[in-house]
Amino acid sequence: MIPLSHRDTECSRHQADSVQKVECMSPEITDTPPITANTKALLDLYRQMLTIREFEEKAQDLYSRALIPGLLHSSVGQEAAAVGVCAALRPDDYVASTHRGHGHCIAKGADLGKMFAELFGKAEGYCRGKGGSMHIANPDVGNLGANAIVGGNISIVTGAALSAKMRGTDQVAVSFFGDGALNQGIVLESMNMAAIWRLPVIFVCENNQYGEYTPMEQVTAGEVIQRGKALGISSAAFDGMDVLEVYRATRESVERARRGEGPSFLVFSTYRYYGHGMSDRDRPYRTREEEKEWRQSRDPLDRFAAHLMDNGQMTSSEKDRLHKEIGELIHQAVEFGMEAAYPDPDEVSKHVYSD
Amino acid sequence: MSTPTEGREVTFAQAINEAMHEEMARDSSVFVMGEDVAVAGGVYKLTRGLLDAFGPERVRDTPISEAAIAGLAVGAAMTGMRPIAEIMFGDFLALVMDQLVNQAAKVHYMSGGSLRVPLVIRTTMGAGRRAAAQHSQSLCAWLAHIPGLKVVLPSTPFDAKGLLKTAVRDNNPVIFFEDKMMYQKKGLLPEGSADYTVPFGCADVKRSGTDVTVIATSSMVHVALEAADGLAREGIDAEVIDPRTLTPLDEETLIHSVKKTSRCIVVDEGYQRFGATAEIAAVVGEKAFYYLDAPVHRIGAMDVPIPFSPALEDQTIPSPETVMTVARKLMGR
Repeated sequence: MIPLSHRDTECSRHQADSVQKVECMSPEITDTPPITANTKALLDLYRQMLTIREFEEKAQDLYSRALIPGLLHSSVGQEAAAVGVCAALRPDDYVASTHRGHGHCIAKGADLGKMFAELFGKAEGYCRGKGGSMHIANPDVGNLGANAIVGGNISIVTGAALSAKMRGTDQVAVSFFGDGALNQGIVLESMNMAAIWRLPVIFVCENNQYGEYTPMEQVTAGEVIQRGKALGISSAAFDGMDVLEVYRATRESVERARRGEGPSFLVFSTYRYYGHGMSDRDRPYRTREEEKEWRQSRDPLDRFAAHLMDNGQMTSSEKDRLHKEIGELIHQAVEFGMEAAYPDPDEVSKHVYSD
Repeated sequence: MSTPTEGREVTFAQAINEAMHEEMARDSSVFVMGEDVAVAGGVYKLTRGLLDAFGPERVRDTPISEAAIAGLAVGAAMTGMRPIAEIMFGDFLALVMDQLVNQAAKVHYMSGGSLRVPLVIRTTMGAGRRAAAQHSQSLCAWLAHIPGLKVVLPSTPFDAKGLLKTAVRDNNPVIFFEDKMMYQKKGLLPEGSADYTVPFGCADVKRSGTDVTVIATSSMVHVALEAADGLAREGIDAEVIDPRTLTPLDEETLIHSVKKTSRCIVVDEGYQRFGATAEIAAVVGEKAFYYLDAPVHRIGAMDVPIPFSPALEDQTIPSPETVMTVARKLMGR
């Protein structure tokens, strides 16, 4: 089973050159118009950020009650980066994510029930219970999976971009990674190849200020965007707590990529409200004051809600209704996941190899 | 499927080259990438002619970035392409282990079967070229340890061509090990351009015999055959079996042979300690124990970094003499 959506849109030059002489139209850029003038689309950004936040809070709650096994990494605080980036993508564009990947998954169009089912290790989860929180993949909407090796998806996403280019589609591929991945050698290798081959890939660094328990600046030399610029890659840093800024930056990079102008490197400054995982609740590596400052003055949901309300695009009763609605959706998704069956024992040796 | 008794003679390198030509012509999603594979045709000229035939989009010279070569190949394989990535020397697999072990091997399983990685990594193995410790190792056991990967070790031009075609058509990551010392070794292929494949998990009896089974991989098949010729002159009839793939492993053919001969030697050029020989010997020990007249014997490379000096290197590689000595011992002579 290979439910990759690109198969529907594939328009491959080399296929056209093959013996079949398939008639192929040149790749057409099929972006939707900018969403920034569309109230419904803007409300949807808020809805998605809220969904991620509620999902993550609920997942932490379930984990704390020992209902979710394994490891869990919350992306609360980082919702704007996931939502802003994915809003600029088409369903057939690729993303791959990190151990902190629930937000990317939701923003790329995942079903919440199947996500919770995976977190519980159930057969109806996205990976039939074989991947768990850190490995959710959803190829139907271009999600090539979360990756639990820091920097692990970067070369894979670059390969997906190479594939898109070779198949003659105008798909774009996005690699999400954290500041912790910046010092993995594979990042330089992948960026270099993307640059020499002008691949349609966007390297998205969510700088949440800490690589696990260590402050980013303590282990990361120089100005980060210079690493991309040195390779001739369009590189810039943005406020990753502002969903519209993230969206605009990504959209520009997507357009560049679709025009065949190569990769971009976007650094979004953001903040991880909770710990690296569920084992560092005391967070001795940073102060409560610092956390309070980010939450109170830069929270991506609060800021965007205020923006929408100031512009008359959302009323407070609409906001309340939305919160109630998302709360109910999360509740239903958890119910679905909890009621789903565990995999049959014989599932353990299935999918080691593909037919 | 075994080497034909008549046909056209080609080298091991030519056979591999032919397989790539034919698979790229057959399937437009197949492409080749690696260091110096395009313009130069590869350091051992294995990819010669591919650039002219298929162009620079499908025959790609890469930077010296093994990890990214493998990683990009994984990503391309997950999204509709069938890459053949060349890692110039098997020793450099150490640079791509995350991409192969944590990524390629696990994507299909971790995604519950929704993604797959039809990828071929071609790389080398084999000592004897005075290339010293970082260009001579046979590291196939590393990858055979990992569920989700397939590991192929051809010993003849016929097997190399047929197995590589199977590898390209397989929907899983396949690591294809070529012993660089065999590239100029000649063998027969079927006449004409008949398309054939050699299935995985199908061992080949390279020489029939009744007294002792020698299970040998890659170039060690030729070491074993030479030993068998020597042993025959002494009245010992050795059977030489080539598993051809470590994963999947054709246990049935190996066990069948050992049940017949009651003695077994396993020869592989990887380090002996925790190596392919140990695994195969254990399989034989578990499944044919009551048929054995002597302990199963392993012969691998010496457990030392491979030295440069000819005076030192040769003694680290299993030789026909070693195999003969062990066979005599197992026969009580």
